[in-house]
Amino acid sequence: MVTALQVHSALDHVAETRGVSIRINDVSHTFALDGADLQVLNNISVSVAPGEFVALLGPSGCGKSTLLRLLAGLDEPTRGEIIVDGRPVAGPDPSRVLVFQDPTLYPWRSVWRNTALGLEARGVLGAERSRVDAALDLVGLKDFATAFPHQLSGGMAQRAALARALVNEPRLLALDEPLGKLDSLTRITMQTELLRLWQRSRFTALLVTHDVEEALFLADRVIVLSHRPARILEVVTVRQPHPRHREDPDLVALRKSILELLTASTNGLAA
Amino acid sequence: MSETTLGQVPLDEAASGSRIAGASAAGSGLAWGLAAAAAWGLTSLLTLAWPDAAEFTYTSLFGWGLGGIAALIAGVALFAHGHVRGAAPWLVTLAVFFGLWELLSAKLIWLPQPFFPPPQSLIEVYIDDWPRLGLSALYSLRLLAVGYAVGALVGFGVGIAMGWSKAASYWIHPVLRFIGPLPAVAWLPLAFFAFPSSWSASVFLIALATGFPVAILTWSGVAAVPSAYYDVARTLGANGRFLVLKVAIPAAMPSVFVGLFMGLGASFAVLIVAEMLGVKAGLGWYLQWAQGWAAYANMYAALIVMSIVCSGLVGLLFRVRDRLLGWQKGLVRW
Repeated sequence: MVTALQVHSALDHVAETRGVSIRINDVSHTFALDGADLQVLNNISVSVAPGEFVALLGPSGCGKSTLLRLLAGLDEPTRGEIIVDGRPVAGPDPSRVLVFQDPTLYPWRSVWRNTALGLEARGVLGAERSRVDAALDLVGLKDFATAFPHQLSGGMAQRAALARALVNEPRLLALDEPLGKLDSLTRITMQTELLRLWQRSRFTALLVTHDVEEALFLADRVIVLSHRPARILEVVTVRQPHPRHREDPDLVALRKSILELLTASTNGLAA
Repeated sequence: MSETTLGQVPLDEAASGSRIAGASAAGSGLAWGLAAAAAWGLTSLLTLAWPDAAEFTYTSLFGWGLGGIAALIAGVALFAHGHVRGAAPWLVTLAVFFGLWELLSAKLIWLPQPFFPPPQSLIEVYIDDWPRLGLSALYSLRLLAVGYAVGALVGFGVGIAMGWSKAASYWIHPVLRFIGPLPAVAWLPLAFFAFPSSWSASVFLIALATGFPVAILTWSGVAAVPSAYYDVARTLGANGRFLVLKVAIPAAMPSVFVGLFMGLGASFAVLIVAEMLGVKAGLGWYLQWAQGWAAYANMYAALIVMSIVCSGLVGLLFRVRDRLLGWQKGLVRW
């Protein structure tokens, strides 16, 4: 049985990483909804090592996405602090990129111009045009540079969104269920691609998902969250080296125990 | 350009599809084309052979013109019948329309004269009075262009400000709600004495008529931009200026063009009324002047010019939109 507080394993890729370190200290967050306060996060504390791949796993609507928005600097936590590379997060920064569940490509821009968005926003597109081509090449969309978003399939659109993030050479890639709306076949392909990109670019990755198998296939650590307001139920370290096999008996056992944990938490809520 | 390797697939399919349909319909294309040519030929014959019941100057020119069109249609039908098939029903209808018009006015005078002049009287106007008519059209275009440009720019600016700034929305929205629905021509008496010239007053009124729909639709376009669009740009390092210019405005453009279209329609109405009542030039003035002299043929001639100018401008606006918004699916074609 896995236990909580198993702090991350010895990560052999830490040395060569350009990823950030993250410290989430006792963060709670509350929304005002129709005049009533809705607490979505409850005393979350997590440390992430540079270059680590961490999955945040929990039931839908538990507040996982909120945690990523706080990390990206789009919102400020009601209580607690988020420290990235020793400095508290104070607003968005292109080194920390968030990839959303919907690709949210701009329909009026071609795939190439969508990918170039970050460089253009920072006024460096003129000098860095080749990076756009490189990013599109990386996600396999080189031939679709002039296509418009409405001409892309769901998987291609999500690849374009990944290219738009990667072109900024992020040191933290926060992924908010980026594969959640894809069909299962595309999903499996994209998981492998995501892993390849992470191994290649060595950023710190934080993946929000409600798919246990996806979390175990990709992450060094899986942080299991409860129903809203989310608190940490369990931290599971996955020691299997990549490439992992989904039928690996150890992973299957981990999956079973995590599902039991989630079910128990849901039943506790119902009782 | 918006066309891509992906986009071309359905286009090519459509083109080859129509080619197949064209081949099978070649015979009927020829038949339709010749029928249309015959209809125009008959109308020509009717005009030339049947003597007018009253004095009309350009009857033979009109008749020979109809004959020329008949010959042209026949030629196209024989050598490029693919081009005639689609237009043929309309061509036949038009020939019948001109034939009936000629018959009921010049030949039988069943339509009361001079209120319903025959087609050759309109030709007379275009030949004899084209300098005045052409100048009137140019005056109208100039007034419309200035008024519409001012209104569209101000309306766009106001709409963006309202969509972007809560303060701007707080102060402008009530004013717009109160004044906007008022037809711009209602300001006409006031504008004509408040402005130094009737021309500047008309520019103001046209701008007002254009600006209101443009402002409202630009505002609603900006307000409807999904917040995720801003989140994406912000996480990638965009500043406020970038969010307005590169996110809010392009995202709002489809709505802006609806406003520009509505504003164009409103501006035509104000233009003609202003020219009828104050400005001493333009097509509205020409209409008024023609009516004053009971020159009804001139009135119809001016109405036709007006409708060509207006539909041409709407067509131009749609072309600009198709170019700028080619990325949109399901555009309404003009």
